[in-house]
Amino acid sequence: MEKVLLKGNEVIGEAAIRSGCRLFFGYPITPSTEIVEYLSAQFPKVGGTVLQAEDEIGAINMCYGAACTGSRVMTASSSPGVSLKQEGISFSAAVGLPMVIVNVNRCGPGLGGLGPAQSDYYQSTRGGGHGDYRTIVLAPSKAQELYDYTMLAFDLADKHRLPVLLHTDGFLGQTMEPVVLKERPEAPETDRSWVVDGAKGRKKRILASYSLTNEIGEANNLRWEAKYKHIQETEQRWEEFHTEDAEYLLVSFGTTARICKSTVLNARKKGIKLGLIRPITLWPFPNDAFVPYKDKVKGIVSVELSMGQMIEDVKLAVECKMPVELYRRQGGMLPTEHEILTFVENTFNLSAVEEV
Amino acid sequence: MMDKVILAGFGGQGVMFLGKVLAYAGMGSDLELCWIPSYGPEMRGGTANCSVVLSDEEIHSPVIDQADAAIVLNKPAYDKFAPRIKPGGVLVVNSSLAKLDEVREDITVIQIPATEIANEMGNTSIANMVSLGALIPHLNLVDLAKVEKAMVKLVAKRPELLETNLTAINKGMNYQG
Repeated sequence: MEKVLLKGNEVIGEAAIRSGCRLFFGYPITPSTEIVEYLSAQFPKVGGTVLQAEDEIGAINMCYGAACTGSRVMTASSSPGVSLKQEGISFSAAVGLPMVIVNVNRCGPGLGGLGPAQSDYYQSTRGGGHGDYRTIVLAPSKAQELYDYTMLAFDLADKHRLPVLLHTDGFLGQTMEPVVLKERPEAPETDRSWVVDGAKGRKKRILASYSLTNEIGEANNLRWEAKYKHIQETEQRWEEFHTEDAEYLLVSFGTTARICKSTVLNARKKGIKLGLIRPITLWPFPNDAFVPYKDKVKGIVSVELSMGQMIEDVKLAVECKMPVELYRRQGGMLPTEHEILTFVENTFNLSAVEEV
Repeated sequence: MMDKVILAGFGGQGVMFLGKVLAYAGMGSDLELCWIPSYGPEMRGGTANCSVVLSDEEIHSPVIDQADAAIVLNKPAYDKFAPRIKPGGVLVVNSSLAKLDEVREDITVIQIPATEIANEMGNTSIANMVSLGALIPHLNLVDLAKVEKAMVKLVAKRPELLETNLTAINKGMNYQG
């Protein structure tokens, strides 16, 4: 398999091509622009189309239209741009349209800055737009995962008929790392009986989200609720790092999760039994990951690039059975592995542990 | 084993390219690596920096707190990054553009008039490669042969640049201060 050196954002573009996606609608915004730039150069070679829309709202509604025809489609943007897309994402969720939406997070609120951030966690994991819906959210932490999870995103979108969000940041987007360009996995057969592709010779299909009566409305909501429950039961994904004997746990995703791995290794050198749970799906949040540790672990630190958003999900996952503390950097700053360890030591009074 | 290297200078001095040479040298020998550019507003102040982490095992934290080595191509880059070298590390300074009053004694500081050497070669823009030459003997995971292989790949579209770059690197390697 071919191994290449690409910027994280370009990796997403390459994975989209190799996932069979041939349609991209977007509006450029730093630090996500290399995705549309890469696809603009590469898509024409494989018969794909990149269209720069008049704005983000136009782009997401073009995705809506393309998805209605059963085509694999992608858009990419960064935080303020993703905010503009929310109405379209809500409509797409309501109709059950598969699509992949990349959010290369900026730090916010407002126009914000370009440094790495995770402050769109709430927006990403609570639906983001109006109404009661969810999108699957995948959080890669290195270039290879940008590739793998982009492919996975397309398959999950088709499998469950819903928009899937790839939650990344400018640090991952701009960094170059070696990536193995794996072949696309065998995608399971998906139901395409809903696709609007010309009704000649069959009954016409309508993709719309308006419910004429409250009874129809509730029936729709119950149907979607069942789908989200099913996804919560079957699609939780996470990685564990030195958790087996852990007395303390870090919980972190994306860029900070890989920094936390260095923290864990440094802690272990000092005799501190620290482990890491790295959520891969931010929604559904991997509650199951915490089950074995709920009654075992003495304390948890949620490491985030925000005021502390995921920490609420962590507390729910462990039913507040032990102290859950927050270590965070904001505004585009990244923590070092050392400052995280110092926080762990100070918070849980561990500085007295013997060096081994 | 790891090499955490910071590269810094003015925009236009070929700082990102310097990083790419190291990154491709790592690629060529199947190392794990991260090439991390400064981007966004950082790039718009006229200074450029990037960092490269090379490792023979998986790289977890890509954030360089303390670097093993650095190349600084001008005085502002020296001022910013000299304190970020770990004790025992190596700092290559382009002394044509950075006159130093005092230097840290707990690191190896190599002062090389890279811009003057590049000018003598008739190509001021290869001061970056002269400086790289001075650093190569101090890296753990990259040697001249790997850099040469990487260069062949990087200038594949403009092969006339290959010899110039390699000559510059050699001049840097053989410079006696």
